[in-house]
Amino acid sequence: MDFDYFLRLLFSGLTRGSIYALLALGYTMVYGIIKLINFAHGEIYMIGAFTALIMASVFSLMGLPVLAILVLSSIIAMVYSSAYGLTIEKLAYKPLRKAPRLSVLISAIGMSLFLQNYVLLAQTSNFLPYPSILPVVPVPRLLRGIVNSQQIIIFTTTAVVMVILTVLIKYTRMGKSMRATSQDRIMATLVGINVNRVISWTFLIGSFTAALGGILISSFTGQINFYVGFIAGIKAFVAAVLGGIGSIPGAVLGSLILGMTESFAAGYISSVYEDVFAFIILVVILIFKPSGLLGRPETQKV
Amino acid sequence: MKKFGIVALVLLVATGMVFAGGQRDAGEIRIGVVGPHSGDLASFGLPTVNAAQLVVDQVNAAGGVLGRQIRLVIEDDQCAPDVAANTAARIVGEQVVAVIGHICSGAANAAMEIYTGENIVSISPSATSPALTQSGNFPTFFRTIAPDDAQGQLQAQFVAEQLGLTSVAILHDGGDYGRGLAEFARGSLQENYSNVNIALFEGITVGAVDYSAIINRIGASGVEGVIYGGYHPEASRLVTQMRAQGLEIAFVSGDGVQDQTFIDVAAAAAEGVYATGPMDTSANPIAQAARQAHQERFGEDPGPFFMNGYAAALAVVNAIESAGSTDSNAIMNALRTAPVNTPVGNITFDERGDATGVGFAVYQVQNGAYVELR
Repeated sequence: MDFDYFLRLLFSGLTRGSIYALLALGYTMVYGIIKLINFAHGEIYMIGAFTALIMASVFSLMGLPVLAILVLSSIIAMVYSSAYGLTIEKLAYKPLRKAPRLSVLISAIGMSLFLQNYVLLAQTSNFLPYPSILPVVPVPRLLRGIVNSQQIIIFTTTAVVMVILTVLIKYTRMGKSMRATSQDRIMATLVGINVNRVISWTFLIGSFTAALGGILISSFTGQINFYVGFIAGIKAFVAAVLGGIGSIPGAVLGSLILGMTESFAAGYISSVYEDVFAFIILVVILIFKPSGLLGRPETQKV
Repeated sequence: MKKFGIVALVLLVATGMVFAGGQRDAGEIRIGVVGPHSGDLASFGLPTVNAAQLVVDQVNAAGGVLGRQIRLVIEDDQCAPDVAANTAARIVGEQVVAVIGHICSGAANAAMEIYTGENIVSISPSATSPALTQSGNFPTFFRTIAPDDAQGQLQAQFVAEQLGLTSVAILHDGGDYGRGLAEFARGSLQENYSNVNIALFEGITVGAVDYSAIINRIGASGVEGVIYGGYHPEASRLVTQMRAQGLEIAFVSGDGVQDQTFIDVAAAAAEGVYATGPMDTSANPIAQAARQAHQERFGEDPGPFFMNGYAAALAVVNAIESAGSTDSNAIMNALRTAPVNTPVGNITFDERGDATGVGFAVYQVQNGAYVELR
């Protein structure tokens, strides 16, 4: 029983960590390339979830099967959110590329507030029910009562996304360009890399994974409002810093550590303190490793 | 605004003097009506004045009570404890038999120091501080509104007696309202139902990404039900995730959850959820008649605590009638024993002065709507 309880907390930590990871990727990649903390990133997650909600409602009215609804609405939402990500970059960050970093940061915060309020006005301030588009199916007997199918879907999806992303960055041309840009932007320009395109791709990929995270978690928790992106975004940002901002494996590691810490703190100590413990971990790690767990400035960053 | 306030005060004092200087009919029964009648909080006090006026006019037109006419002595306490103490002293000098008021808990507390010493009955339509009745300091205090902790008590009673649970988890959102409610429920369980084990008393993080960890903890503690103090966004998420994780135990909450939005958001998971909320009095024929009388006389819908004020006035009149005397002890005895039909239900008062049958009811979500359980 006690071990079961431990496993259950482990899996709920893993679920949380996976969602943070999907979001933290965007923070860390954007930071790696243009040294910007993209505070509007949480809003992309929220917009992704909203779009999927709208599409899922439309598709379920059309009477499509559940799996088709899940896949179609997720893809549309991810593409739509990526368009948002790209647009934000073009509108709010690109004109400021030569400006001091603080100006871009303020622009990012402004974008975040704008998007929140835009969704508030265009949609509603109320919480909306979120259809459970992730299928609930029985799990193997060994795992019954410990983890459910939705959680399994969440962390396998995240793992698959991580693998794809690693391959993308390690072996493709675009990945190489991204790594080069993150190491030295001017040098990358000199050797003929289209830096603006690289930056666009970074926002595109980051928005893609953030939207996916938004869809997965909203479907798991069953509700959404315009504000969900803000809190999740802050947590994911903490995770990215914890792992070493600018490092992709660091973002994943940091997210998992944060998710687990929150889950175990809530499960074994008190759920009042889950945030407290999350931030204690952050403080302790930053005291001993100021650049985060895997964030060594001299290693390559994307 | 200030000038208006002064004018109002002058007028009030003037009318007070007219009352004081009016013919002193030995046969009339005087009842005080005290509350904020000027200033910011006047809107809380004036509806009770209207209510008392309507009731007394009706009673007087029908020949009065014990064959004597009733006269209201209306005084302003501005909801301020220091003013209330003075007002109380003045109204005692007017030889009132009972007082309808005070409106605010702080003012009521100050005034009761005086009424208790003079053994004068006071029925408040709106002072909800639990200590007024529970401290035992004010035996002459009664009220026609449920105290703040009534919901917690009702939840405890419902969980222990109706549902027959032996072990519960109490959660709250850490806010004033939610935590307060959870603490009242816990206190009531500990005090009255020691057979119910409180396995868990925990705050949750508002707006957290998910609640599976705390839900795991609830599941592992093996409780048979959850009492939640807080508002509907967190409640709907908790319930949805509990059901998703196969935790089909009772979920009991308060008026922060007794809201259609909760059902809309939690959808299927909301089915069977219990929530306490204010009793619905709109179908009560006395309430309907009182509302109509108010509209005819004052040309608008009644304000806050009107129904409670109306109930307080009816209770005083009824108690004097059934006591057959204007003696305070006789009136108090009648308040405790003789039931009276009011807009807020058929009530008597318990030993401490709280109206039984007033306040909150348990609702359950059935087929997508809250249904009052009886």
